[in-house]
Amino acid sequence: MTQLPNSTDRKMGLVIDLDTCVGCHACVISCKGWNTENYGAPLSDQDPYGSDPSGTFLNRVHSYEVQPTPCSSQPAPAAQLVHFPKSCLHCEDAPCVTVCPTGASYKRVEDGIVLVNEDHCIGCGLCAWSCPYGARELDLAEGVMKKCTLCVDRIYNENLPEVDRVPSCVRTCPAGARHFGDLGDPDSDVSKLVAERGGMDLMPEMGTKPVNKYLPPRPKDTIEEEIDILAPLLAPVAEEPQGFMGWLDKALDKLPGGAH
Amino acid sequence: MHPAPSVIIFTTLSGLGFGLLFFLGLGQPAVTGTVAFVFYAIAFGLACGGLLASTFHLGHPERAWRAFTQWKTSWLSREGVCAVGALTVMGLYALGAIFMDSHWTLLGWIGAALSLATVFTTSMIYTQLKTIPRWNMELTPAVFLSFSLAGGALLAGAETAAPWLLAIAGAVQLAYWAKGDKALETSGTDIGTATGLGDRGAVRAFEPPHTGSNYLLREFVHVVGRKHAQKLRMIAFVLGFALPLLLILTPVEGVVIKHVFAALAVLSHLAGVATSRWLFFAQAEHVVGLYYGKR
Repeated sequence: MTQLPNSTDRKMGLVIDLDTCVGCHACVISCKGWNTENYGAPLSDQDPYGSDPSGTFLNRVHSYEVQPTPCSSQPAPAAQLVHFPKSCLHCEDAPCVTVCPTGASYKRVEDGIVLVNEDHCIGCGLCAWSCPYGARELDLAEGVMKKCTLCVDRIYNENLPEVDRVPSCVRTCPAGARHFGDLGDPDSDVSKLVAERGGMDLMPEMGTKPVNKYLPPRPKDTIEEEIDILAPLLAPVAEEPQGFMGWLDKALDKLPGGAH
Repeated sequence: MHPAPSVIIFTTLSGLGFGLLFFLGLGQPAVTGTVAFVFYAIAFGLACGGLLASTFHLGHPERAWRAFTQWKTSWLSREGVCAVGALTVMGLYALGAIFMDSHWTLLGWIGAALSLATVFTTSMIYTQLKTIPRWNMELTPAVFLSFSLAGGALLAGAETAAPWLLAIAGAVQLAYWAKGDKALETSGTDIGTATGLGDRGAVRAFEPPHTGSNYLLREFVHVVGRKHAQKLRMIAFVLGFALPLLLILTPVEGVVIKHVFAALAVLSHLAGVATSRWLFFAQAEHVVGLYYGKR
């Protein structure tokens, strides 16, 4: 049934640190790799080696420029570049679940993961229309809706070493910008991180109550004044040549037409 | 939003078909025999043709029967249930009118109510989406219902009701455009709330996640067609409402010329509503476009 559960036992989700993300897209590639080979239909590409390639991805990294408004303390503030990974936020009040006409979309009671039963999906696309975050993409080869599963086939998979029982994107991130855990438990590491760093929701006005949180970039160091630390090393040591070079300089000056 | 032909054909034709079924269910015109057959053939042709067209955009049309199961939460499912209910009830009513020369009044009323409910549920599929501010307004159901009633009255030859319903539909259309143009701005959603970075400064999409296109951009960010929006609005309004109104209000002598004028009014209305429906999709901005710095 596409009715949302009143509450879920746990709220498994991701915490993404916008301060740490370096925008390398490793999470995008590892996600595509794992989810093409495992749960459900593969993530297809269309015209992958042609002139207009496109494909299904469950995670994409945008980059934004933030230009702070000038103020008295910062008359010419420096713009900041923020890399911004975006995938399904596993919302508590997920509109994609309730709009589904077939019951293919559902939210699990035990951990709050939003999944698609691909055998029931008719590929109408309405769930993607209802998602403000662009987290769902219709796979053109399979005709069914694909979305982040929070690597449901990894996190409980006892065939994997324990260290690998996290979503593929989290395991891969070389910067440690992605964290996985139970956001419903206030004592979990991820919940503490969110509390400490002021984790935020995307588009809270949509009323979707996302489980995934984003940690805002830390404020940039303020630059007091322009100091060129290399300047002392690059300054000429002696303005006037000495010794043999000094004699040569003077001798050449004395030649007709030599001195300026 | 991408203006998919299947969805435009579906909402235009089935809106008109269910509008005609509404009037037939109320016994207007109270036709029997062969004349009734022609009327019901047109109504069912439009309604079913539209519904069939809507299955063309599905990834798996063979599983469409599953869409009847989730009526508790899904407007799309409710639409399916209402449509089948309306077509079944009106089918029985049509059998009575065509073959038994009788009008089962109560059945007709139920069928009329279900026909209107089908149009309403169709409109709610769009209205419910907070992600598309231009659709997320009370005026959206008003547009679908008033268009369907005006078109139905035209087809049913309801001479007293049709001019009024056309005028109302035209007014609703103008109001929808006026309010819709401000919908995204007044929704409070912008690239700042989308990224959560808005309170730190002016946010600009610097690099998209991919150099090519993708499903999201193809489906939700349709900018090309908006270039001629104002001209198309004029065409939609004139063809959809002004010209049909003029055609049915022009006093003419003779049955043949009257039918020709009525047929022209219906065709003009159909073309106008199809244009308006194209704009309904092409001009709708999905908030996911904000992540790409587009709208």
